[in-house]
Amino acid sequence: MTIAVDKEVETGQEPTLELKKAKTIGIPKEIYPNECRVAATPDTVKKLQKLGFEVLMESGAGEAANFLDDAYKSAGCRIVRDAKTLWGEADIVLKVRAPQMHPTLRKHEAELLRKDSTLISFIWPAQNQELLDKLAATKATVMAMDAIPRISRAQKMDALSSMANIAGYRAVIEAANNFGRFFTGQITAAGKVAPAKVMIIGAGVAGLAAIGAAKSLGAIVRAFDTRPVVKDQVESLGAEFLELDFKEDGTGQGGYAKVMSKEFIEAEMALFAQQAKEVDIIITTALIPGKKAPLLITEEMVKSMKEGSVVVDLAAEQGGNCAVTKPNEVSRYEGVTIIGLTDLPSRMAAQASQLYGSNLCHLLKDMGGSENYKVDFEDEVVRGALVLHEGKVTWPAPKPDRPAPKPAEPAKTTAAPKVAEKATKSQSKTGFLWILLAGLALVGLGIGAPPSFLSHFTVFVLACFVGWQVIWNVTPALHTPLMSVTNAISGIIILGGMLQISGLPTSATTILGAIAILVGTINISGGFLVTQRMLQMFQK
Amino acid sequence: MSNNLLTVAYIAASALFILSLGGLSNQESARKGNVYGIIGMAIAFIATALSSQVTGYGLLGAMILPGAIIGAILAARVAMTSMPELVAILHSFVGLAAVLVGLANYLEPDSSLVGVEATIHEIEIFVGIFIGAITFTGSIIAFGKLRGIIGSKPLILPARHLLNIAMLVGSVWLGVQFMGTENLEGLQPLLIMTGIACVLGIHLVAAIGGADMPVVISMLNSYSGWAAAAAGFMLSNDLLIITGALVGSSGAILSYIMCEAMNRSFISVILGGFGEGAGKTSSGGSKPAGEATPTDVEEVTELLLGAKSVIIVPGYGMAAAQAQHPVSEITKFLRDRRVNVRFGIHPVAGRMPGHMNVLLAEANVPYDIVLEMDEINEDFPETDVVLVIGANDTVNPSALEDPESQIAGMPVMFVWNAANVVVMKRSLASGYAGVDNPLFYKENTQMLFGDAKQNVAAIQSKLVESAAPVITTEKVLVAS
Repeated sequence: MTIAVDKEVETGQEPTLELKKAKTIGIPKEIYPNECRVAATPDTVKKLQKLGFEVLMESGAGEAANFLDDAYKSAGCRIVRDAKTLWGEADIVLKVRAPQMHPTLRKHEAELLRKDSTLISFIWPAQNQELLDKLAATKATVMAMDAIPRISRAQKMDALSSMANIAGYRAVIEAANNFGRFFTGQITAAGKVAPAKVMIIGAGVAGLAAIGAAKSLGAIVRAFDTRPVVKDQVESLGAEFLELDFKEDGTGQGGYAKVMSKEFIEAEMALFAQQAKEVDIIITTALIPGKKAPLLITEEMVKSMKEGSVVVDLAAEQGGNCAVTKPNEVSRYEGVTIIGLTDLPSRMAAQASQLYGSNLCHLLKDMGGSENYKVDFEDEVVRGALVLHEGKVTWPAPKPDRPAPKPAEPAKTTAAPKVAEKATKSQSKTGFLWILLAGLALVGLGIGAPPSFLSHFTVFVLACFVGWQVIWNVTPALHTPLMSVTNAISGIIILGGMLQISGLPTSATTILGAIAILVGTINISGGFLVTQRMLQMFQK
Repeated sequence: MSNNLLTVAYIAASALFILSLGGLSNQESARKGNVYGIIGMAIAFIATALSSQVTGYGLLGAMILPGAIIGAILAARVAMTSMPELVAILHSFVGLAAVLVGLANYLEPDSSLVGVEATIHEIEIFVGIFIGAITFTGSIIAFGKLRGIIGSKPLILPARHLLNIAMLVGSVWLGVQFMGTENLEGLQPLLIMTGIACVLGIHLVAAIGGADMPVVISMLNSYSGWAAAAAGFMLSNDLLIITGALVGSSGAILSYIMCEAMNRSFISVILGGFGEGAGKTSSGGSKPAGEATPTDVEEVTELLLGAKSVIIVPGYGMAAAQAQHPVSEITKFLRDRRVNVRFGIHPVAGRMPGHMNVLLAEANVPYDIVLEMDEINEDFPETDVVLVIGANDTVNPSALEDPESQIAGMPVMFVWNAANVVVMKRSLASGYAGVDNPLFYKENTQMLFGDAKQNVAAIQSKLVESAAPVITTEKVLVAS
């Protein structure tokens, strides 16, 4: 089957090769109400051009994110008056939100999509069967940014992570905005201010971003996650990782958590209930893919929170982690502010657009840029994101079974000690042998050698030991100077030559001695001087 | 000068030599240490020259002056990248001098020695010349390999171990012949043995490949010491014995450290042929899965600009491409921007112990940011970018992960723990050990192909370019 698909890809590519024209990318204005993001910023547009693409912008597309048409124009884009022309001209359309009914054209965006063109945006194919059918009817190719597989290589294209990061940060800012006190503890002339206590549930991308933001505002941060692997990450950000006495690993596929057992959830709820009484701010980010968000903060817990506390529910769109969340609203419940906003990334439109635009650039680069543009079914990332290929539904992609990163240490470490063990065993054996041999040799010397030799031998052995002790103290950085200086002092051998040149000038001994002096002296002066030169270079 | 004074002078010289080596324990005291060495040498020389045994001052001067001048010129001219060559050729001089002193000593027999003493004296001469000759030719081959005059590939002769053993046995047999002779009749076996030892030296070093050079150089350093010590024994000169022993043990320790760093036994290095079995395994063994991600200068520049912490891991490739100066410029630039830049040096990086440190020092990299492998290995997880410049086997994760690998168990730098790794290399070819490097195929690794010097220089100019507007705005701020 794959062979057949490959052929299709090839035939699909041929016409573009003949034309040899740069591919055109179109960026329409987002039409979802209050959506401020845009799929390209002047900065990412330049990157797209560097990949060989020509970029068309719909007039006013970046206005809501504070990117004006002029900025795009000076970045080298062509500005198109209306959406219809743009969709018609572009080979590849980049969007943020999934296509929907265009309010002014009274036409669905899917219908604007040209037959042989490609649309890349958030699609949410699992929730949008109707949209999928509509897009399939256009015979176009569609890639969903939300379906990019969550593997390391694809991190730079992972728009969900980019947006989650922004949402996590913004969640803290919204919380601070609705919280009547400082985050950081202070000792002022007027008295002491206690730091705010923040609990973050779910240490995914959003949770970690929230931990970082809350921590840098000075709050005391605690975080909870069902996956023990994230403990290190949480702690590296300076937060406390809340743990249950209960052992169960919640690591699921693709970096998400899975549904936990009933007992675990009970223990978890007890922990939250206790924390709710203590903390000032709760930020929940718990999502399980394809399911309604788990309910973690009950009505009672909210009631037990202090007056003026804030709950930010980042799962509001998927049903909410908090029982009293009202999606898209900031509401009050028993003195506690509940923030259920779902448009947090859009509230930081400039930043979100920049990151999303960069994700798109990376994806297009991965697909070969303009010149070698290709929908490669072998590329795990492209295949994962591909929802429709020339009108054929290719979603969901066949899943390569890929467990989330597990602590892989045990496998690594087992091999090494074994090797080491063996080595030490054999070493101790040979070591014993050597000592025995050395002992025998010493006894032999004591019996056979004359006293004059023994006195020299004593000096020799002692000098070896002194050398041994001294050299171990030499810092490895100075090993090269050490070699050159030892080189110089081993030139001391000229003394041997000096003692032999006092005979007849023509005798062989004198001549040999003289040559020895000559080469030995080269050693001495060369060695010392080059050492000096090297040591001069070592500077702090 | 009386004999007692001479002895005292020798004691002073020995003490100064020990202080000299002791001074190298850190960078601050190192220069003082070198001065101690020079003073010690001067004392030893003057005392010997003034002793009653030395009278040929004219000849002495005629030899010392040119020798000193040649040495000084060599020392002043040598480029830091060719330090290993200089050290190798200096070793060969010590070896040659030991051979000459031994021969000269044999030609002028000391009639006062009789019986066992005479035999021992002959053994001393024989052993001294043997070690000296091996050091001499071995160092010349090492020099040739480092210079590139001789190919750095190991020369593998058939039955080479047998050949070595045969030469060794032959030398011992000649030694026995030599002992039995009187009145210079031993000259013939002595000279034949010298010839055999020369061939043995050539063969031993020729069988050792380029990247084992750190061990070879340290080993030859050690030999040159033992040769000097042997000369001391035959001349009954304690200063020579002490110095020889110091140098010999220094070389032995260095060899040991180098062997540890390559996880190889000393014997196996000396017997040579590391690359021997590698060809088979790399073709037969499974290639690391995945694809290497190539990158370009601009992306690396951006990575560096965004980084807070950078570790540079240099290898022989940096020395070969002479890239240390632009590397130093990059370091300076990034440090000025408060980026934490450090260097991680593997013990066997380069062609001799401590080679990288000297190169970096030459390029004005402050030595306190140049760290040893053990000091820096734990810091990789907190590092944003690692630049691997011309290193390969020293950053190969299969040393840890693959017990079947040729280099399993070798200590390596854990560069892959960093967020981003940029490997600058000419190609994906495997390194000296002939082992494929899975690092290149890791997902956080990017490959920057091409000449290290050009690439590093390009990165540097890009960095400076990117900084230009920043500097101007700063000026405006100051002005306002």
